[in-house]
Amino acid sequence: MSLATRSLWQRISEPKNLQSMSPLNKVFTYSILFVWSFVVLFPLYWLFVTSFKLPIHVSDGPYYIPFIDFEPSLHAWKYIFIDLGQDTLRPYLNSIIIASISTVLAVFIGSMSAYALTRIEYKPKLGSIIGFIGAVGLVVYLTVAIGMQWQLSLSIGAALFVIFVLSFSRHFSRTLGNNDILFWIISQRIMPPVVSVLPIYIMFQQLGLLDTHFALIVTYMAVNLPIAVWLMRDFFAKIPVELEESAMLDGASRMRVFLTIYLPLAKPGLAATTMLILILSWNEYLLALFLSTVDAQTMPLMVAAQNATRGPQWWYMSVLIVVMIIPVLIAAGFIGKLINKGQLAGAVKG
Amino acid sequence: MSEVKQPKVGFAQRIDQLTPQLLILPTVLIILFLAVYPLLLSAYLALSRFKLVSGGFELKYVGLRNFKKLFSGSQQYHFLGTFGEFLFWEWLIIGFFALSFCYWLWCYFRSGTVSVIGTIGRSITVIVIMMLTMLAFSVLNGSGYPGSLMVTLFYVFVGVSIQFVIALGLALLCAQKIRGKHFFRMAFFIPIMVTPVGIAYAFRMLMDMSQGPFAPIWSMFGLAEFSWAADAWLARWVVLIGDSWQWIPFLFMVLLAAIENQPKEQVEAAQLDGAGSWRIFKDITFPSIAAVAATAVLIRLIEAFKIIDLPNILTNGGPGIATESMTLHSFIAWRTQDLGGSAAVGYSLLFVAVVICVSFFNFVGQRTAAKGA
Repeated sequence: MSLATRSLWQRISEPKNLQSMSPLNKVFTYSILFVWSFVVLFPLYWLFVTSFKLPIHVSDGPYYIPFIDFEPSLHAWKYIFIDLGQDTLRPYLNSIIIASISTVLAVFIGSMSAYALTRIEYKPKLGSIIGFIGAVGLVVYLTVAIGMQWQLSLSIGAALFVIFVLSFSRHFSRTLGNNDILFWIISQRIMPPVVSVLPIYIMFQQLGLLDTHFALIVTYMAVNLPIAVWLMRDFFAKIPVELEESAMLDGASRMRVFLTIYLPLAKPGLAATTMLILILSWNEYLLALFLSTVDAQTMPLMVAAQNATRGPQWWYMSVLIVVMIIPVLIAAGFIGKLINKGQLAGAVKG
Repeated sequence: MSEVKQPKVGFAQRIDQLTPQLLILPTVLIILFLAVYPLLLSAYLALSRFKLVSGGFELKYVGLRNFKKLFSGSQQYHFLGTFGEFLFWEWLIIGFFALSFCYWLWCYFRSGTVSVIGTIGRSITVIVIMMLTMLAFSVLNGSGYPGSLMVTLFYVFVGVSIQFVIALGLALLCAQKIRGKHFFRMAFFIPIMVTPVGIAYAFRMLMDMSQGPFAPIWSMFGLAEFSWAADAWLARWVVLIGDSWQWIPFLFMVLLAAIENQPKEQVEAAQLDGAGSWRIFKDITFPSIAAVAATAVLIRLIEAFKIIDLPNILTNGGPGIATESMTLHSFIAWRTQDLGGSAAVGYSLLFVAVVICVSFFNFVGQRTAAKGA
């Protein structure tokens, strides 16, 4: 079709060639993308601007642009970083320590299991599992209902379980497969934290570990582990088995195969999984609310605490929220680069 | 390699033989201690009444009384909601649902791959979804009032659907040859990094009708004195908008990656043959991203059931109980030292979430995975 015969409608609605977009499509695409950019960025802009406002600027109605609409003030930043000083720094450091350590642990332990579940066949016996659940139930019953010391009830439960496995388990021949294990692990993520947080609270209380980094790190790691296993399994499944087989013929141990072949090859997957889990544990609120009070307080609690009896202190909150985004943005920058490089490397190697 | 190392027999080799167990053991142990054990303990809590006595606390076994209170007792309005009368057309829709489920089960029995677990699983799915549908019609039709169960389901189903549609649309637009792709991608990803607590406060500022940034627009329509927080449905929608603002980025990133990985040759061939963009999407793009999309939606479903930060801070569950999700309901029960009631709400949430997520996993996820392969 020559250009001359194209009607006006065709000219704006059909692309000139396959590589380009039609003018109509272009207008449509860019307008939607810009509208959504506004939707995404405006709340952030508003937080940023509010952090420079005096209380009067907030309560007197909306002011939009610093220096033009209102005179920005650093009072909120000063209050958070100088007046509060240690009280801001502590939760900030707590958050960084807890989120990063629990993420690294969850991703590493999760990848280990994900690798094992893709490449090794497991056959746990149904009988032993039922016996185990029974033993745990007994421990719970003894500790909670009868009020026995938890050390004692735990050892009774363990002993009974060992006896059960040694004597009865050969009568139950039914076994489960890898998919059952995987499903069991994933299903733990469905459990709402509000169901498990109370017993976890009691557990850490009895161990004397409430309000410590350890308690939060272990709990965050546990709740994020299923996601790590789930996502990493898909990435490991794509790596050809031949690589592993040839390495094992050369005498490499399984652990070595995992550390030197699988982990490096799954770098993009590792990066994406790390990012997601880091964000989830950085922003976690409910578990921190139960398990920490002062020493291990994390940033989300600190933000929520700005809702004082005098009403929400918007300017302080905005400072904290803005400050909270920065480490994640930096991490996202680093990790994003890793994802791109990994894909590039994969493409080059074919 | 002139030097041949003598393999150490003994400890190292034994470790190597144990590797399969060592690889999976940490995960299993952690989950046993921090998921299964708490789950059993909280099952016990759900069946007992917590009382503070001098020098400690006392747990008294009360059987299913905590659940009874939620389903038919004093907390029924809070959990299930207030029932309304069924209208005629609602009976019609419910009947239609029941018939289609029967047809689905009948197809399953005819398929020749019937198993005991399959039958039980399908029956549970059908019964739970039917009951939830009837509950939805009963509490949402004007004369009724939804409780925390229905509000949670509203956040989950309406929220996840809206998020999926918007994320898919944005991903399709972003996958074209456009300028500034990098900028859009980075910008669209940011909301997920903001802590939900922060999002809740940010939306409270933004949605302030008299002091927020959109105040001039509201006052133009004479709405400056109007308060969305006093209207049940508006408050629910504001919570939903905040949740969507945060979670669309997640679905967007996953779907964009999937769309960019689709086979390019097929798309180009179809374009040469003059296929419209809708045909290309329906016959090439969608089948190739269906499996990834199903997994992403499943992850989102699982997380959506746990919503608490937003309603807690944005509306404090109000007006009344209008925006209270089940997790928030459970948390409020815990705060009033009704530990048994709290655990019972938690367990009910667990049950609903497991049935819906597992049904989705088995009947949608597996099917799309099979089709995509």
